[in-house]
Amino acid sequence: MTLNRRIFLGTGVAAAATLNAPALLADGHGKPRVVVIGGGAGGATAARYIAKDSKGEVDVTLIEPSRTYFTCFFSNLYLGGFREIDDLGHNYGTLAAKYGINVVHDWAVDVDRDSKMVSLAGGSKLPYDKLILSPGIDFVEGAIEGWSLSSQNAMPHAYKGGSQTELLKAQVAAMPEGGTFAMVAPPNPYRCPPGPYERISMIAHTLKASNPTAKIIVADPKSKFSKMALFQEGWSNHYEGMIDWIGEDFGGGEVSVDPAAMTVTIDGEVTNVDACNVIPAMKAGRIAEMAGVTDGNWAPVNAADMSSKADPDVYVLGDASQQGDMPKSGFSANSQAKVCANAVRGALTGSKVFPAKFSNTCWSLIDTNDGVKVGATYEATEEKIAKVDGFISATGEHSDVRKATFEESEGWYAGITADMFS
Amino acid sequence: MTRLRVLPAALAATFVAGAALANQIGDAEAGAKVFSQCTGCHEIGKGAEDRIGPHLNGIFGRKAAAHQGYAYSKSMTRAGNDGLIWTAETLDAYFENPRALVSKTRMSFRGVKKAKDRADLLAYLRGFSDNPSDLPEAEPTARVTDHDLDPAILALEGDPEYGEYLSNECLTCHQSDGSAEGIPSITNWPTDDFVVAMHAYKRKLRPHPVMQMMAGRLNDEEIAALAAYFKDIE
Repeated sequence: MTLNRRIFLGTGVAAAATLNAPALLADGHGKPRVVVIGGGAGGATAARYIAKDSKGEVDVTLIEPSRTYFTCFFSNLYLGGFREIDDLGHNYGTLAAKYGINVVHDWAVDVDRDSKMVSLAGGSKLPYDKLILSPGIDFVEGAIEGWSLSSQNAMPHAYKGGSQTELLKAQVAAMPEGGTFAMVAPPNPYRCPPGPYERISMIAHTLKASNPTAKIIVADPKSKFSKMALFQEGWSNHYEGMIDWIGEDFGGGEVSVDPAAMTVTIDGEVTNVDACNVIPAMKAGRIAEMAGVTDGNWAPVNAADMSSKADPDVYVLGDASQQGDMPKSGFSANSQAKVCANAVRGALTGSKVFPAKFSNTCWSLIDTNDGVKVGATYEATEEKIAKVDGFISATGEHSDVRKATFEESEGWYAGITADMFS
Repeated sequence: MTRLRVLPAALAATFVAGAALANQIGDAEAGAKVFSQCTGCHEIGKGAEDRIGPHLNGIFGRKAAAHQGYAYSKSMTRAGNDGLIWTAETLDAYFENPRALVSKTRMSFRGVKKAKDRADLLAYLRGFSDNPSDLPEAEPTARVTDHDLDPAILALEGDPEYGEYLSNECLTCHQSDGSAEGIPSITNWPTDDFVVAMHAYKRKLRPHPVMQMMAGRLNDEEIAALAAYFKDIE
């Protein structure tokens, strides 16, 4: 895998130009071609909207290695026993059949931005007029001393949906009576800010029923986290004495692990653990780096249309993008994808391009029928995607409110997966 | 009501300010006549019981769907869970157009169109709530303003193409095929009901933090566009 474009072009590349000119079609080929890499909340949504709304005018190819896509969102509910793994699996049949999207189950291994060509692991090459990258996250190598990807069977990250999530659940179930579960939480910024803490809640929920004397340790390099007051209230209400959260101030960032010995060392103190979830620091999915659109760990984009600051014909969605104030979430990726789809379609077919509006809501489940949420709306400024307005659940809310919030999250899951795959 | 005082002036101004009715209490005697439209389903006063609808004693200040023993619709229960409290203001909105405030309420009643009739009805109902001595100004029985939507807003012709784009944002949660699982359906609504409901969120009359936030940044044209698009969605 060669990196043939490492030069970062810096900021200020003309985003406006991509919006105005319905140029670049038909030079030797018929329809304008869009290639989307990554079939998650960003990529599947973008492919679906471009194909659906262009009504056959744009040739859309979606590259995604997995035939069945397991959402990372709601995977914590599987860990808590509130969902079956199959409930989280989705396939691309409808996108192909209903909208004519070419769904290619392969890995994209290179992007040549000069010749506008994507190379696949299977050897084929795909030309594009517009390229949309929505590769999600990869992990920063060496972020946690003692852990590497080769340790992911002993100490799963479970931060991509599917088999890793199943493995973690099995390891929690296999813990001896009174055993210890440890989580190494990630530094900012990372996918799904409340995710690690919802996960702790769900594992506590499982252990409370099956292994009530078990202990949970969280080593966290941060001194505060998303929905912190809500989670801490919930942990004290539902799982009193079970969860020991060690934040930055108490050495939570001074962590190393030994996957062979199954030990975790926090601020010099060695603990034997029976199951351990290591969530390392994150960066944009590797293909973004190969495409040469990253600056540091993430890919900077223009807020108006999610186009890369390095290349007006490349767009980066979701977790991989560095856009400003939006959290890295499936909801955000879906929201960004629709803004991007509108802009890409406008650039390729001359359809009307409307101003960007973004939004996000993250629901978390703390215990049965105890749901909380945080959300915000955003707008595009010259500089970034900027927060406009927001809200968060209150501590001490009535149980009816929490139950309604959880039911709403179930509705959202049905809604967003329909918006991606149906 | 403090939450009204913090509304931006421009926003408040989009509603007709109920002129003579603002801060005025209606005529309870006239309200008894208006209530005759309700007696098919609701009882009120000494010995009142739940019938097709719940009895209405003590309605002021109560959370929606909170009266024990009555089986409320899912929609009403949800509104209560979202924080809908019956005050003069929310009741007035409900009487004006029940479905605009609570989408799938089982109260199949088209609404009391005249603001004065509603004011009279509220005055009548208030006599059967716990703290009539609070009257007339104090919460929850105070009338702050009439909030009929400006007819000019209702008359706006929405652009369905713009509505389709804006709808993208709705469809992360609401489903385009009209399914309602934990989140209500928003398809095929009469445009007036849609517009009134969205303005009620925008004005924070309808409870629900996500919807208040989403509606809060939509302007009149955008709401009209969404209404036009969702009305005819297949």
